[in-house]
Amino acid sequence: MQSLKIKNLECNRNGRSIFTGISFDVTPGRILLLSGKNGSGKTSLLRILAGLMPPKAGSIVWGDKKFTDKRDRELFSPLYIGHSNPVKLGLTVRENLIFWAKIFGHGLNVDAALEQFGIRNHSELPASYLSEGQKRRLTLARLALDQPVSTLPSLWLLDEPAWGLDPEAVKTLSNLAIDHVKNQGMVIISTHGNNLDELLALNSDRYSLTENNC
Amino acid sequence: MNRIGLLIIKDVKLALQGASDTGMTFVFLLLACTLFQFSIGPDQTLLIKVGGGVIWVVALLATILSLERLFITDFEDGTLEQYFLSPMSLVFFALAKAISHWLTTGLLVIISAPIIALLYSLPNEVFLPLFLSMVIGTPILSLIGTLGAALTLGAKRSGVLMPLIILPLYIPVLIFGTLVIYNVMYGHNYNSFLIVLIGLLLLSLALAPWATACALRQAIE
Repeated sequence: MQSLKIKNLECNRNGRSIFTGISFDVTPGRILLLSGKNGSGKTSLLRILAGLMPPKAGSIVWGDKKFTDKRDRELFSPLYIGHSNPVKLGLTVRENLIFWAKIFGHGLNVDAALEQFGIRNHSELPASYLSEGQKRRLTLARLALDQPVSTLPSLWLLDEPAWGLDPEAVKTLSNLAIDHVKNQGMVIISTHGNNLDELLALNSDRYSLTENNC
Repeated sequence: MNRIGLLIIKDVKLALQGASDTGMTFVFLLLACTLFQFSIGPDQTLLIKVGGGVIWVVALLATILSLERLFITDFEDGTLEQYFLSPMSLVFFALAKAISHWLTTGLLVIISAPIIALLYSLPNEVFLPLFLSMVIGTPILSLIGTLGAALTLGAKRSGVLMPLIILPLYIPVLIFGTLVIYNVMYGHNYNSFLIVLIGLLLLSLALAPWATACALRQAIE
């Protein structure tokens, strides 16, 4: 099975080097845990992989396909969940999830997804009623929706997804990630070493953004 | 339903829920027109003369008022990133935003225009051409405004920068919009000016969403 190869990736922001020489492979069926200090470039790396910003140098290669900053979205459209929660406070919890499901072409198993993250009983409430942790659960509930069919194994890019979550939700998240890689998906998670790392230990590899990369 | 439709419905629904913003635009329109009246005085002939211009200037200002927050919330809560990653093109996203803006502001301006015309004692024959010029002109304001909002997204003084960028681009709409009204008032044919406005609408429809998408891509990166 072909892996996603990241070679000598470099990132500059506002004239400042964030990291250089990042190289690793992501194998379908495995989770990659990214670690590193604050400011080491974990978020920038995930944003580059998502296609949200171009790298200064280096390449992202899948098989014989090399992805530049202009991605072929039909082939390579990772599911990216960043720090913030794209939740519209004026819509209900259910409406929020249905909206994203339709925009991304996910399955509409919305109730089951909300149930998994323990917020189904809030589904008809405006999202403004949710706590920050519940908003995070709502954002992550997208992972529990049926994923659209893709030519390539589906890649999840999760930027500190467990932030603000209680242990029960972290367990749900880890189960989803493990199920995803069991179906030959790929997951890259940036983390600061918490309960999620322990739950994913058996299915994951690690890559640390150290000072050598800066 | 297609993705553009979904986006428009969502934005209009959110705008109507925050009815204070929409109401504020309406109040601003009436307040600004009243202020012009106070400053001009009770001279009815003068009011009729300046009425057409005042309606269009106030329409421009009301449009700008509602543009500042057009992309900010989506930018701050990560929604914009998700649109960027979605299968939907950013050009269609920009178009959807312009349509939502027109539905929540442009329509309000169109509805207010006859009321303002009454306040300025404009003759009855002005109403239909005024309505037509507004129907064609206000979408141009939304399309250009969306571009201005995208260009200044993330800028420190976007509230000051945006009017500086878009007001010069509004000048042709202002000129031809008011010309429609004055030509009716002086008994001339106004069709040619409406056609020019239609041309401007088609031009901005072709260019503004594309330019807005480029500006949004820059802001995300």
